[in-house]
Amino acid sequence: MKLHYEVPGDDFSLAGKASTEVKKALGRLGIDPGIIKRAAVAMYEAEINMVIHAGGGVADVEILPDSILVKLEDQGPGIPDLEMAMQEGYSTAPEQARELGFGAGMGLPNIKRNSDDLHIESAVGSGTKVSITIKLQQGATDQA
Amino acid sequence: MKVADIVQTLEGKLLSGEQLLDTEISSACGADLMSDVMAFVKEHVVLLTGLVNLQAIRTAEMMDIQVIVFVRGKTPTKDMIEEATSNGMAIITTKYSMFLACGRLYEAGIRTGGMRESC
Ligand SMILES: Nc1ncnc2c1ncn2[C@@H]1O[C@H](COP(=O)(O)OP(=O)(O)O)[C@@H](O)[C@H]1O
Ligand SMILES: [Mg+2]
Repeated sequence: MKLHYEVPGDDFSLAGKASTEVKKALGRLGIDPGIIKRAAVAMYEAEINMVIHAGGGVADVEILPDSILVKLEDQGPGIPDLEMAMQEGYSTAPEQARELGFGAGMGLPNIKRNSDDLHIESAVGSGTKVSITIKLQQGATDQA
Repeated sequence: MKVADIVQTLEGKLLSGEQLLDTEISSACGADLMSDVMAFVKEHVVLLTGLVNLQAIRTAEMMDIQVIVFVRGKTPTKDMIEEATSNGMAIITTKYSMFLACGRLYEAGIRTGGMRESC
């Protein structure tokens, strides 16, 4: 199964909506709730990042027999130093992000903790592509 | 402690989720930072927050949190109540501040934070 979402960057009331829809779709497929929660949280943080840092983008979700793949792609400013961005507490988020309840530099670490595999491709000036893999077997990480 | 007791303890108002009034809640988390909620909450807590927007509702939804308390007299919008209702979540508002709301629930018997590391 494949799902596709456009994530607008100019309407904060929609930030996170795609992820809630994915969570519902995964629930209907009868996937383990702990696994669904990890996929939903990882995607939610990445979706919020697209909105607050990159002016929106697109999200694609693919449910395979053994895994859930979530790809989020934007044409934003890119991440100059990925290693630094991955550190807990590092944030360049604007004040507006804090009003949403985000922007404390916990997003990428949260994504990493919840993913079985995380791959980020980013180029300054052209955008960021976040690829999250969640395996469908139990007990892959600590939040199940 | 039942959701109904939470409403009473906080002298609150229940804006959605009447079907949960008899549900037992044993831990609570007070946070305005949604990333913290997603990083640390483990159990099915009642979430107390001063953040009144759709992202608070969505964060709760992600974490399978069924009960949200908005502190300090803040009133959620119609959109928020609709989204919570369609998710079967309870929304409670209270005039108490975060500190006092947490303190009252603690005194009334909720003693755990529902966190991954016991904090
Ligand atoms: N999609 C993105 N586009 C550009 N920069 C990003 C993106 N995602 C993350 N970043 C950068 O990485 C930093 C850390 O991200 P994160 O851990 O989610 O924290 P936060 O979003 O709270 O700032 C951000 O502050 C930002 O500088
Ligand atoms: Mg973030």
